[in-house]
Amino acid sequence: MHRTLLVHVYGWLLLLPAAVLLVAFTHYPAVASLAQSFYSPASALYPSQFVGLDNYATMAADPVFWKVLKNNVWFALGTVPASIVIAITMALWVNGRLPGRALVRMAYFTPTILPMIAVANIWLFFYSPGIGLIDQTLDLFGIPGHNWLGRPDTVMGCLVVMTIWKEAGFFMIFYLAGLQAISPDLEEAATLEGAGRWHYFRRVLFPLLMPTTLFVLINAVINSFKLVDQLFIMTKGGPDNASSLLLYYIYQVAFSFLDESYAATLTVVLLLILSVLAIGQYFLLEKRIHYQ
Amino acid sequence: MKHAVTRFLMSMAAVLGLVFAAPAGAAGPVELNMYYPIAVGGPLTKLVDELVAGFEKENPGIKVNAIYAGNYDDARIKALAALKSGKPAQLSVLFSIDIYELIEQDAIVAFDDIAKSAEEKAWLKSFYPGLMANGTFKGKVYGIPFQRSTIVMYHNKDAFKEAGLDPNKPPANWTEMAEMSKKLVKRDAAGQVQRWGVMVPSTGYAYWMFQAFAMQNGQVLMNANGDQTYYDHPAVIESLQYWYDLSHKHGVMPKGTVEWGTLRADFLDGKTAIMWHTTGNLTAVKDGAKFDFGVSMLPASKRRGSPTGGGNFYIFKKTTPEERVAAMKLIRYLTAPEQAAKWSIGTGYLATSQAAYDTKTMKDYATGFPYALVARDQLPFATAELSTFQTGRVRKLLDDAIQSVLTDKATPEAALKGAQTQADPLLRRYRSAK
Repeated sequence: MHRTLLVHVYGWLLLLPAAVLLVAFTHYPAVASLAQSFYSPASALYPSQFVGLDNYATMAADPVFWKVLKNNVWFALGTVPASIVIAITMALWVNGRLPGRALVRMAYFTPTILPMIAVANIWLFFYSPGIGLIDQTLDLFGIPGHNWLGRPDTVMGCLVVMTIWKEAGFFMIFYLAGLQAISPDLEEAATLEGAGRWHYFRRVLFPLLMPTTLFVLINAVINSFKLVDQLFIMTKGGPDNASSLLLYYIYQVAFSFLDESYAATLTVVLLLILSVLAIGQYFLLEKRIHYQ
Repeated sequence: MKHAVTRFLMSMAAVLGLVFAAPAGAAGPVELNMYYPIAVGGPLTKLVDELVAGFEKENPGIKVNAIYAGNYDDARIKALAALKSGKPAQLSVLFSIDIYELIEQDAIVAFDDIAKSAEEKAWLKSFYPGLMANGTFKGKVYGIPFQRSTIVMYHNKDAFKEAGLDPNKPPANWTEMAEMSKKLVKRDAAGQVQRWGVMVPSTGYAYWMFQAFAMQNGQVLMNANGDQTYYDHPAVIESLQYWYDLSHKHGVMPKGTVEWGTLRADFLDGKTAIMWHTTGNLTAVKDGAKFDFGVSMLPASKRRGSPTGGGNFYIFKKTTPEERVAAMKLIRYLTAPEQAAKWSIGTGYLATSQAAYDTKTMKDYATGFPYALVARDQLPFATAELSTFQTGRVRKLLDDAIQSVLTDKATPEAALKGAQTQADPLLRRYRSAK
């Protein structure tokens, strides 16, 4: 009896440091945000008071909120599948026996090492109308330049392309690790059975890579909601909110509008979206995954 | 997530407060904490330290901790967080347009309530009136101008010569700007534009640039109490129409928005013959231009006009009477003519009083580089930077309206009426007497 108690105390003590950090910096802020979303913002002239679901009603009627949410969905649809396809392709490529393999692997991984702020500064000049790399290249072929970031119809596409460039190399590393864990016997067996390379990929490799795909998918989706550094440098969410994303809007509401309550409300929504997406993907794909 | 950030910043600010705070009620030297932001390039922290050291030498009884606090947004967040933590700074340099937010938080005191002697009262009146508009609320002075700017027009003299225009006669009004720009546009054989006539940036600070257009057309965008905007005034709609026409009717500016951050590079690379930009870029253009360039006041429609911009000194309310007196002494020292001249030369910001331009230091500098005086000459036509209660939201409504017009999503009238309709309910509750 006495002994089991000691073991329990011992166990809890071991958990304590991690638990304290998690509660202080993850769980408490999440709960506090939820609580604050039911209050009006505090100022000396108008002290904070309980307003029930008012902030949520404001949100439902806020056209900018719907706009950034829609943008975010497009941003996720644009970046996630493309990054994954490119990551698999690159991984297959550098997994093979080609000369200078280490160099190519490193080259593919380089964009991941660069800080997003630096990348955004570089791409800002790539996209710059007239003087930018893209317009100068197009000019060689006599194609007219374009105000890439200054037009609402192209700005999101530009950010998507840059993000894919930045992210794909990172996901490639996981696929590469996944590929290396697959026994070469399988390929030999498949070849003996007369399976083509595409068939081998579709029926053997890809199913075996499913655990990696799930991991990458969840991360890519979360990133598409979490990664907004580029907006500070490149567009500030403009023109007319055409490139604004949910998290960037939360930042604006909190630190430019100084409306903590509405920012908390938006944060709660963001948390909900991310949880639903992560859990949903997990359950949806669980059945189709073959853990070795 | 955002909450964690706020809390982190607050705790950081609290720690800073603890480290630097003067022992409460202790006799002896008064200690002042001052946050200040830097929004332009250059080794400015060093310059601030020099100025502060000069003050401490003259006033042995006062110790000053000048704390660099990032950009304007960072500085505001730090100052407000320090306030909430109960260990506020005594004074700070913050964005001039933060005044209503600071008043709403009951964070600052009016200088009129600290100034006692006739000399001190006269000092409050020694600055250019154009710079006081953003610091005054209901007849009392809350902000003393320090790092302040206006928008000026830069033009490429070589391009003017090439187009057969007099390089020393930049456009003086809207019609001239459109007509001259048409001549300045250069196309290649395929009809592609190689050089635009004029560029006015419309990202980041669209509202600021737009204020210049509106003022030139004879209309301000908000009242002095910060509780009313005039976004849908006919003269304002007309101004946005002109901005839109520059690209869509006259074809002298690229369609869509023009990026604030890369515009200087465009100008230096000869991609535009004229640009509107802050005086804060003067030194950078001077150092980077490989061609002969000119600087002039913005052109007029009904009159000339430009908003002011930049940072003011504020004194916080949570201070002892001794601290307030010491803080005002420090501000008086830093804004005195000799120091103001030194600051203006080192940064490109305006010197804030006529007396500063009358110093020998400033006169010598202006003789060698007359463009340093353009911003000052424009000051009589200047108006306050857009600032109201709920300023972040009210400003963004205007930014979005401007960008939606420039990107062909709405007409000037519809966009500005929409912005006004959304701004009104935000400001209504501040209109009832307090």
